Amino acid sequence: MSDVVLDVQNLRVEFPTRKGILTAVDDISLQIRQGEILGMVGESGAGKSMTGMSILGLLEPPGRIAAGTIHLSGDRIDDLDDTAMQSIRGRRIGAIFQDPLTSLNPLFRVGDQLVETIRLHTDLDKSAARERAKDLMREVGIPAVEERIDNYPHQFSGGMRQRIVIALALCAEPELIVADEPTTALDVSIQAQITALLKRLCRERGTAVMLVTHDMGVIAETADRVAVMYAGRLAEVGTVDDVVRRPKHPYTSGLMGSIPSLRKDVAELQMIPGSMPRLNAIPPGCAFNPRCGHAGPRCHRDIPRIDSTHTGAACWLGTKGEVA
Amino acid sequence: MNIRPNAILEVDALERRFDVSAPWLNRLIERKPRRTLRAVDGVDFAIQRGQTLALVGESGCGKSTIAKLVTGLHPPSGGNIRFHGDRDRLQMIFQDPFASLNPRWRVGRIIAEPLRTLRPDTPTEQVSARVDELLRTVGLAPADGLKFPHEFSGGQRQRISIARALAGEPEFLVCDEPTSALDVSVQAQVLNLMKKLQKDMGLTYLFISHDLSVVRHMADVIAVMYLGRIVEIQPTADLFANPLHPYTQLLLETIPDLEAPKRDRSPMGGEVPSPVSPPSGCSFHPRCPLAFDRCKVERPQRRPEVHDRRVACFAAEQGKTDVQ
Ligand SMILES: Nc1ncnc2c1ncn2[C@@H]1O[C@H](COP(=O)(O)OP(=O)(O)OP(=O)(O)O)[C@@H](O)[C@H]1O
Ligand SMILES: Nc1ncnc2c1ncn2[C@@H]1O[C@H](COP(=O)(O)OP(=O)(O)OP(=O)(O)O)[C@@H](O)[C@H]1O
Ligand code: SF4
Ligand code: SF4
Ligand SMILES: [Mg+2]
Ligand SMILES: [Mg+2]
Repeated sequence: MSDVVLDVQNLRVEFPTRKGILTAVDDISLQIRQGEILGMVGESGAGKSMTGMSILGLLEPPGRIAAGTIHLSGDRIDDLDDTAMQSIRGRRIGAIFQDPLTSLNPLFRVGDQLVETIRLHTDLDKSAARERAKDLMREVGIPAVEERIDNYPHQFSGGMRQRIVIALALCAEPELIVADEPTTALDVSIQAQITALLKRLCRERGTAVMLVTHDMGVIAETADRVAVMYAGRLAEVGTVDDVVRRPKHPYTSGLMGSIPSLRKDVAELQMIPGSMPRLNAIPPGCAFNPRCGHAGPRCHRDIPRIDSTHTGAACWLGTKGEVA
Repeated sequence: MNIRPNAILEVDALERRFDVSAPWLNRLIERKPRRTLRAVDGVDFAIQRGQTLALVGESGCGKSTIAKLVTGLHPPSGGNIRFHGDRDRLQMIFQDPFASLNPRWRVGRIIAEPLRTLRPDTPTEQVSARVDELLRTVGLAPADGLKFPHEFSGGQRQRISIARALAGEPEFLVCDEPTSALDVSVQAQVLNLMKKLQKDMGLTYLFISHDLSVVRHMADVIAVMYLGRIVEIQPTADLFANPLHPYTQLLLETIPDLEAPKRDRSPMGGEVPSPVSPPSGCSFHPRCPLAFDRCKVERPQRRPEVHDRRVACFAAEQGKTDVQ
């Protein structure tokens, strides 16, 4: 297990509110190895970003890690103070968020922001850092780097801004990258560039990547394994091939069924009936039971979990298609 | 295409330039010239009432700029936009749901605002009933109206901006990446809802998405943009069956395909050119496998005698349409 870069065990994230405690992440365990890309998918609001934020030490109060541990290459990081965590972020863990504006300061030129980050994490001097900044901008596919390096964030399109953020995340050559919907705002060709870039980093530098995305096509072409989340819990974990082609969990099957096809015409897309329960109204037993066509008595009683191999589905459905 | 009997929107020779010069003092000292970026460079299209026109193309090609020109958020630098509808009932769903939701307002107030603008004397109870209904329509709960935007996940915020747009009883809706932050099962619900509203109430959509399987499902007509221009415009089925422009063909090949994933996909070759100094002639020529001498000096136009103004390409004019 020495090549495990990220090791999350029984993570639980809570939001204390006036009306009680909301559990946004409920007992999640996952590992990412060197050079591996783990895809994270699941219902909007299922807790993917909160899992990522916990790893980055960026949970905003009142949100808090209530249980579990997070190790980075053997070092425990979930109990570090802000200063210690800040130096790990950027240097050992790179972050890419869906909203590029959270990572960019609108008042500074992008070149200056890159140079500052590079100098914070390396001992390059100012002009060497500027050269490195240009290289990174080229690496993420920004055209006419010499002309654009002194522009402000608002002068770039949404997709170009995101590529600048990716360049920022790569500055210090981190061992883990947490990418939360990095290609959501990007067109397919830039998306292909970014995923190719992430894959290359994994291959050449052994970087481990946690890739949160809604795009199953991207998952199918980029990730090694996939974790599916629902209502704060893991619904299914497995190789891409297993999860996409042979989903075991009824939620995963529903998810796969609702993707618009590039080949078939349908008047209406397939939907999973209903919506995910609010965090304060998660039913007893399996959180998916109100929407599940297979639910049996046990599903309303006991919470299904993925076994200690960390692979498979959290579902009482047996291989015969009936709840035991 | 000259007769547009039922067009709700007609756009002719539309242009938008941005000044991206270095600051005045730098220009003076470093003797740098003024620089203009042509974000939208001579765009023509029309949308028929009750139909959906989709804009697709690489990040930075000018899609959001067109959306903002149509909604009046940017004044055009040239050309004209004729809207034959009720300007008050033109709404927009923004690409960036983070920036477009007022962080200090409760969600209920955010959603109620367009309704209050449209019908200032609606009684308060009626407004709040409508807000509750809209929240349910987008898969949220009425109680969510009391929360602030930061208490929601990315996809939930996108649903809030959809609810807000619908509150203004739009007849024309500009949707800039409306489902990009949603998981595929919620996306299916939103897209089915949009199609239903279109069928029941005759809504017209200008629809921007980088997800070509979503575009294929939603659009009647697709316009493919490259560097500020429309290089191809065709009814959806024709575009997928018989793409005419080399860029469209490469774009279609780059789609991540769940049904046939290509894990070693290479991104489209060549650097994305700069809109500040676009290549001469056909701006796609440095990356085009079919380029020949004429392409470097002359700019192709969409002409009536070439596939009925569907494509701007010299190779297509000569009947060559296959990049393989
Ligand atoms: N400040 C907060 N207070 C209370 N609940 C919160 C807060 N921030 C987030 N949540 C809740 O935590 C849950 C998990 O949110 P998270 O952002 O992790 O979802 P996600 O899986 O990333 O969704 P998406 O795909 O939409 O980005 C959501 O249900 C959200 O409403
Ligand atoms: N306010 C501005 N000032 C200067 N340049 C701008 C401004 N807004 C947009 N641009 C430039 O105009 C071009 C088109 O931008 P636009 O946002 O329309 O692209 P887009 O097609 O929507 O891209 P994306 O898919 O990334 O959202 C880009 O080169 C961008 O950098
Ligand atoms: S445990 Fe039961 S309710 Fe939950 S997904 Fe499996 S069959 Fe459905
Ligand atoms: S005009 Fe020439 S360069 Fe442009 S797309 Fe056609 S063949 Fe290629
Ligand atoms: Mg999220
Ligand atoms: Mg845009």
